Amino acid sequence: MAIKNKYDVVIIGSGPGGLAAAIAAKKEGAQDVLIIERDKELGGILVQCIHNGFGVEIFKEDLPGPAYAQRFIEEALSSGVEILVDTMVLDITPSRRLYTISKWSGFVELDARAIVLSMGCRERTRAQIRLPGTRPVGVFTAGTAQRFVNVEGYMPGNRFVILGSGDIGMIMARRLTLEGAKVERVLEIMPFLTGLTRNYVQCLLDYNIPLQLSHTITNILGNRRVEAIEAVQVDDKWQPIIGTKEIIPCDTLLLSVGLIPENELSKKAGVHLDPVTGGPFVDEGMQTSVPGIFAAGNVVHVYDLVDWVTEAGYLAGKSAARYAIAERKRQSEQVRLQPGDNIRYIVPHIMNKESLTESDQQLKMRVIQPVESRVWVEVLNGENLVTRKSQRYVRPGEMVTLDIPQKVYDDIQETDTLTVRVVKR
Amino acid sequence: MTNRNYDIIIIGAGVVGCMIARFLSRYDLNILLIDKEADVGTGASSANTAIVHAGYDPVPGSLKATMNIAGNKMWDTLAGELNFPFERRGDYVVAIGDKELPKLEELRKQGIKNGVPGMMMLSGEEVRRREPNINPEVSGALWASTGGICDPFAVVLAAAENAVMNGVTLMLETAFEDFIMEGKRIMGIKTNRGIFSCRWVINAAGLYSDEVMHKAGVRPEFKINPRKGEYYVFDRAEITINNVLFPVPTPVTKGILVTTTVHGNTIIGPNAQDIQNKDDFSVTKDGLDEVFQGALKLIPSLNLKHVIAFFAGVRPAGNASCLTPGINYRADYVIEIPEVIQGFVNLGGIESPGLTSAPAIAQRVIELLIDAGENLMEKKDWNPIRTARPCFRDLSKEEQKILIQNNPLFGRIVCRCETVTEAELVAEIHSPVPARTYDALKRRTWLGTGRCQGGFDTPRVVEIMARELSIPLEQISKKGSNSNFLIRRTKEVSDGN
Repeated sequence: MAIKNKYDVVIIGSGPGGLAAAIAAKKEGAQDVLIIERDKELGGILVQCIHNGFGVEIFKEDLPGPAYAQRFIEEALSSGVEILVDTMVLDITPSRRLYTISKWSGFVELDARAIVLSMGCRERTRAQIRLPGTRPVGVFTAGTAQRFVNVEGYMPGNRFVILGSGDIGMIMARRLTLEGAKVERVLEIMPFLTGLTRNYVQCLLDYNIPLQLSHTITNILGNRRVEAIEAVQVDDKWQPIIGTKEIIPCDTLLLSVGLIPENELSKKAGVHLDPVTGGPFVDEGMQTSVPGIFAAGNVVHVYDLVDWVTEAGYLAGKSAARYAIAERKRQSEQVRLQPGDNIRYIVPHIMNKESLTESDQQLKMRVIQPVESRVWVEVLNGENLVTRKSQRYVRPGEMVTLDIPQKVYDDIQETDTLTVRVVKR
Repeated sequence: MTNRNYDIIIIGAGVVGCMIARFLSRYDLNILLIDKEADVGTGASSANTAIVHAGYDPVPGSLKATMNIAGNKMWDTLAGELNFPFERRGDYVVAIGDKELPKLEELRKQGIKNGVPGMMMLSGEEVRRREPNINPEVSGALWASTGGICDPFAVVLAAAENAVMNGVTLMLETAFEDFIMEGKRIMGIKTNRGIFSCRWVINAAGLYSDEVMHKAGVRPEFKINPRKGEYYVFDRAEITINNVLFPVPTPVTKGILVTTTVHGNTIIGPNAQDIQNKDDFSVTKDGLDEVFQGALKLIPSLNLKHVIAFFAGVRPAGNASCLTPGINYRADYVIEIPEVIQGFVNLGGIESPGLTSAPAIAQRVIELLIDAGENLMEKKDWNPIRTARPCFRDLSKEEQKILIQNNPLFGRIVCRCETVTEAELVAEIHSPVPARTYDALKRRTWLGTGRCQGGFDTPRVVEIMARELSIPLEQISKKGSNSNFLIRRTKEVSDGN
């Protein structure tokens, strides 16, 4: 696929939020819509969510994650959304320039009239819950283990303890049991379940996996591989209750201790974040504090159901498309003045075409090199000469002026760039 | 077929062992460097404060003081030759409240005795200006311009690589078991990989240096008293400290400091906890609490919300008496050729400032060998320069473009938090001291050290390592034997249990 240097809407991340945003942007009339995905496949985390429970609200059907994603992938592709997979966005500027790299396309810069941030969220780590002990192999976040098991097809252990009763943790408890592993325990520091009740019933109760509320882990044992964890009951202030310490032998500990919206790129773009959600402040159309930058899904706040992420994506995509269309219209009324041969800069940088209906427009510029003979200062529209004037010489120390006459108004209606250059006569 | 005859065998590939190997590699010698772990620099060298000390702390007259001062002076040349990150940005000992001020003057005088150049007393106001986040009750600081920060992993690796480039043989996962003696002369060593003969053994075993010297019958009273220190690492996007800030020291430690690193992260620590097991690198809740409370004294605005990692290191603290007459100090370095045995260079108790001292210790070992009659001949083709491999995240966009054009694998980011590319991983796996474990890659590239702590990269890295090393995924480990990430394929239900 040839990568254009300007798109109406660029969407970062192809999870449920990003896919929905792309589809909605197309429906709303955006022309060039691009999804950039860092993984080799579209679908985001849905790809590794092979359990069911997706689509009940949107399709009134109970689908596995990859099947749910596939419906949106097909719709996006058939509606003409362009995709770049295996590509990482390194940087975004507030003026919506994106810097991307990939093995296939190299280092690419492109501009977007609107951007939708849909990078999803990341898992809280051991460090963030300050779980002490050794640092052996066998401590994974539940999502990383899920990727190993469901995508790579490998088991990270045989005997598990899971900390946290979030949905991913409970779903992994069932998954690992089905793969022949023993899940010793699910421990939850809160006195209540933090995931959905349906997951407790279908993933833990049905498989006789014990859940202990008001329990946490106070130590990890084992130098090279996890050998056991030390569990303890806590009071209502999360303080360990003396005499409740228990050593649970295991070879792997999974952490399902919360998700954090992934906003490192948003910060680079200058988007303001809400310290409570960890995601951008957004308006009713999911626009962030930076005009033209929108956000969809778990990058804003962590949702319970993927169906809601999809709906948030539709909304953000629609708003982004509207913004892009308005931007396109505004840009079509403007022409950029581009320094060509021997021109260092031109002021103004941009000219509204309509200004020519009122008067000639004077450009002021400086040259790079002196030319001590007669020259043409030319304005070009592509290959075509728009206007020119003769000078006896040009010198960097002496500003050059040139008028764009009113009569060229019709000639430049279709263009977005005029180039100015100095050539010898 | 492995060579089994060497002139010199160095036990332990920490910063001291690797530096000795690198300095000795300029001479026409057959050298074997061994370590029991799967990578260089995994012991005390792996977890410390990453500081090149100015030298005002050690007791005047001690070998520690001498090595610190001599070592510190060698770092600019060393960093230039070996191309590792090193910044001589100076360090501060900060007094909070008027009571601590006299301590600064004591330290300054001690520094002058030790021969530390470039020290200066600063007012509280000046310290507040230089470090706006400092405790407003700061009353003054001792500034030492020769203090520096480095990446200790990079230092060890660069020294090891340069040694290997110059002909030193490095054998990892090779554990010393015993000496082979003929009377009072060392003829070789026994390891888990068999017997190697040599004329000299150099004990650079760090935490285990006491056990090695006892096997040789040297200094039976010498003991390593492992002392743990714990640390927190902060997200560089959330907090920036400009400097190396020490509190005023206590008799046992330099105290819990707050410092920036060459990677831009702020770290705080260490505490000092005497422990029983030398391999106890675990962190404890009490220890981390102590570290945080200690650091708040210097920077009250630190917030635990911004912690991205923690770790513990173990200091190989010894109990050797200082040999300088009149100095009553019992935790000095041992750097000697003992008389009771032939063919043994004995080092012990190389705790902080061991990193700073390492090049000076290497130089001292060479002098000891020459004094012992060893006729060291310089090689004609010795190359002191080790070039660094490209670090993608530190380059400009233009430089990044060129790298990707020349090698498309620079275009694939494997670790998004720290912007580590596949090309960098592949380069490390095939480097002169190849990375063969996840932790080895992590130490070399800073992979997995960011906010997500490996959550994103681990499956990808395991796959890349398996491909590059041509081994099954199940054999990829975090840190060598018995630390494999994956147990089996799915659908292959295990027997038993």
